[in-house]
Amino acid sequence: MDFLLQPLTLVTFFPLLGVLVLLFLDSDNKNALRWTALVTSLITFVISLWVLTMFNAKDPALQLVSRYDWITVAGWNIQYHLGVDGLSILLLLLTTFLTPISILSTWTAVEERVKDFMLFFLLLEVGMSGVFLAQDLFLFYIFWEFTLVPMYFLIGIWGGPRRIYAAIKFFLYTMAGSILMLLAILWLGIYAGTFSVPELIANGNIPANVQLWLFLAFAAAFAIKVPMWPLHSWLPDAHVEAPTAGSVILAGVLLKMGTYGFLRFNIPMFPQAALQAAPWIALLATIGIIYGAAVSYAQPDVKKLVAFSSVSHLGFVMLGLFALNAEGVSGAILQMVNHGLSTGALFLLVGMIYEQTHTREIAVYGGLWKLTPVFGAIMLIISLSSMGLPGLNGFVGEFTILLGAFGSVAIGNAWFAIISALGVIMAAIYILFMFQRMFLGPQGPVVAQMKEHGHSIRDLNWREIATVAPILLFVFWIGLYPKPFFDLMAPAVDNLLSILQTAALAVP
Amino acid sequence: MTTADFDTILPLAVLTSWACVLLLIDLLIPRGRKGITALLAALGLLVTLGLTLSQWGTQQSGFNGMVVRDGFSGFVNALLAVSGLLGIALAYGYIKRMRLERGEYYTLLLFSLAGMMLMAQATDLIVVFLALELLSIPLYVLAAFARPDVRSEEAGLKYFLLGAFSASFLVFGIALVFGATGTTSLNGVLSASAISDAPVLLTMGAALILVGLGFKVAAVPFHMWTPDVYQGAPSSVTAFMASGAKIAGFAALLRVFASAFPALGDGMTDVLWALAAMTMVLGNITAIAQTDIKRLLAYSSIAHAGYILMAFVPFANPKVQAVSIAAGLFYLVSYAITNFGAWAVVITLEKAEGKGLAIADYAGVARRYPALAAAMTVFMLSLIGLPPTLGLIGKLYLFRAVIAGGFYGLAIIGVLTSLISAYYYLRVVVVMYMREGAPTRTREFWLDLTAAATATVTVLVSLVPAPLFALASDAVLQLF
Repeated sequence: MDFLLQPLTLVTFFPLLGVLVLLFLDSDNKNALRWTALVTSLITFVISLWVLTMFNAKDPALQLVSRYDWITVAGWNIQYHLGVDGLSILLLLLTTFLTPISILSTWTAVEERVKDFMLFFLLLEVGMSGVFLAQDLFLFYIFWEFTLVPMYFLIGIWGGPRRIYAAIKFFLYTMAGSILMLLAILWLGIYAGTFSVPELIANGNIPANVQLWLFLAFAAAFAIKVPMWPLHSWLPDAHVEAPTAGSVILAGVLLKMGTYGFLRFNIPMFPQAALQAAPWIALLATIGIIYGAAVSYAQPDVKKLVAFSSVSHLGFVMLGLFALNAEGVSGAILQMVNHGLSTGALFLLVGMIYEQTHTREIAVYGGLWKLTPVFGAIMLIISLSSMGLPGLNGFVGEFTILLGAFGSVAIGNAWFAIISALGVIMAAIYILFMFQRMFLGPQGPVVAQMKEHGHSIRDLNWREIATVAPILLFVFWIGLYPKPFFDLMAPAVDNLLSILQTAALAVP
Repeated sequence: MTTADFDTILPLAVLTSWACVLLLIDLLIPRGRKGITALLAALGLLVTLGLTLSQWGTQQSGFNGMVVRDGFSGFVNALLAVSGLLGIALAYGYIKRMRLERGEYYTLLLFSLAGMMLMAQATDLIVVFLALELLSIPLYVLAAFARPDVRSEEAGLKYFLLGAFSASFLVFGIALVFGATGTTSLNGVLSASAISDAPVLLTMGAALILVGLGFKVAAVPFHMWTPDVYQGAPSSVTAFMASGAKIAGFAALLRVFASAFPALGDGMTDVLWALAAMTMVLGNITAIAQTDIKRLLAYSSIAHAGYILMAFVPFANPKVQAVSIAAGLFYLVSYAITNFGAWAVVITLEKAEGKGLAIADYAGVARRYPALAAAMTVFMLSLIGLPPTLGLIGKLYLFRAVIAGGFYGLAIIGVLTSLISAYYYLRVVVVMYMREGAPTRTREFWLDLTAAATATVTVLVSLVPAPLFALASDAVLQLF
């Protein structure tokens, strides 16, 4: 019992209780299934808030650690080791926050095989929380790979017309990266005799030439997940085909697992290699920012537009991370959360309109704002947040990142920041262009078409407003007063940078 | 024969005698009630398993060093006995349903198992050969058990011809080893080869032994028979063959190479490296094109032989030898359990005259039989090597041994082929969950039990693998 009641164990595995209940429910009683999943995920969110209250923001170390020997025979030294610090607390909260929202968004969108859907969704939550909390490489790998399975089913069963292709592509791409990481993990385990991340960081005696290889092996897994240009091609397919809730979680949390991986493993475990690789990663990130923005602009499909905008936004996160200074890294962490909120909300909103019209083609819309004022207003706020309007959350993250990248010693060239700043302008163009075509101007043909079939476009109902309202709260909160969020991560970020400092000095 | 000799092979002796007695008892059991024979056979196996466990961890050599009983043979024999029980569970309803029910099915299975167990205990090349024949001949008959079905007859004949062919390689190899060292005992070969530096004859002999046993475990390029035989033989036989023959073949290879040929490390390591790589690559790539579940599992079985072969590559490196053999044993367990589970699902969905075996026939299984689909998903994930399954843990153990031995290239080939395998195993899952269809299955207690039990073990042991790790690594302690 002692083991189960540890806060981090509880927050990770609580959704399994919901899974258990779901198994015994009748699959025809859809509302009972939905409520069970929703309540489970809400309780999980409450547990994560409980974790937050116990979290000491001034302490840079891992907290609330739950650590037991797991496999310590036959030369293995694997521990069940969960812990949370300033780098991961926000991402844990993001996970537990977005899951109930996503479940709420499926209320009328998912009518087929509701039981399976909710099962996979709760299992996915277990995997995601585990990824952000695991402090043992072996345990991390298990959670990491495990998230693939439920997501694969979510896309493959409830997705769009090309869902099977998209699901398999998603699976194989992600697995391709993680198997290389697996070999690096095993090598580290043999070399250091432990899989414990804090110990590996503290010992820090991995030879520089090996560091680069290990860095690349880990980076392969994370760069695909982020996804960094040019490894992004699975993303548009997965996003477009996934059901709305799947897209929200994919964009909101799963992509963050990649950037988080760089932050948690690549940078502190292989600091010298990270310093070496910083300019190259900055280059790829900058290309990704510009490329993602340019391609977004050209998309006729609104969901695809949002998908490609993720490539651009995650480019900012990577640029900030590998600025390897306090502004860059903390901006990047905040931007991970921001992207989760804004893009998650965009996918939700796109899903809500799609549920009515069954089309995502931008060209057929137009003049929606008049018909659906609440929907239009929320869409506008989220769009502005996504493009980084001052006063909303996106601005704080992107601005801090650019500040960090501009003065970064590790990147060593201000041009990356300058070119990336263009990406912010491009974001304004593609987002506003989309908004203009869909919500302003004369009424698009889709409205008339729906009338022919005796439907009319309705505004958001209370459930839908309740789904996005919590996100709006944070959009304003982070935009107007981001200090509490930065305070949560500051000591851990300083700690990370001091590791880098030591490593930089060690380079002959 | 002294009592000590007898004690060495006690479980084996009991099993063989029981099989002989059962052959007679079976005459008295009326047609149509051959289920009794199955139960009696299972009873014999339970006793064998009990005796094996009662002798757990003890070490004894018998018959002038021809056979041995040690941790390794105990581990393998226990696994074989469990495989035998699962093999009977799968066959029980299936052969009745397919109108193949004849009592000798179970006795043949027991005889074959006796051969496999002897294989694990053999410390003399002559006994290895004897055991190989004892395990193979009943399998030839079992493969052709569905006569007059042409495909089954073809399978039996093909298996027999190629099996005989491969046995001749083995015998020739043994002869060459004898020529080089003047002995066929594994210890003798080891001490003889320690004195002189690996004469060509010995290397050739070892290579031919590898070829002979390579046929049995379906390693590329000696795998040609596998898909046809696996497809043609009755499914319950294939399930047993895929696990049992592989376990026994690898047990013999592991023991022979680790305890007789470490001196050949230089030359043989490269050969084994290439063999493992080829087997993984070819097995996995060819599997992609399969549309029949039995053929798919046949190529999967070839591919998995490749993974287990990786455990041999560092056999001459004293530092990682033990851990890699333990990893090989662990992998055999994980493969055997997963394999039986997957075959239980195949058998429950198979219909008369070879219907219901196309992967396309699995459309809609998830909707109609959610538990069955979930179990099959677990097995497929385990065969790919994804959490939360035993297959992942087995692969990690293997890859760690390979990396510890410094064979990074092989490890990379291993993980990349796992990626390829994800594609075709997932296709089964795709069809079950994402396509609509109206499959029907035969509900049968023992099949359901096997599928449920193996799926549970596959997941649970992956969460608590430490005891099995410890057993596998203890098992190899007495080898060196």
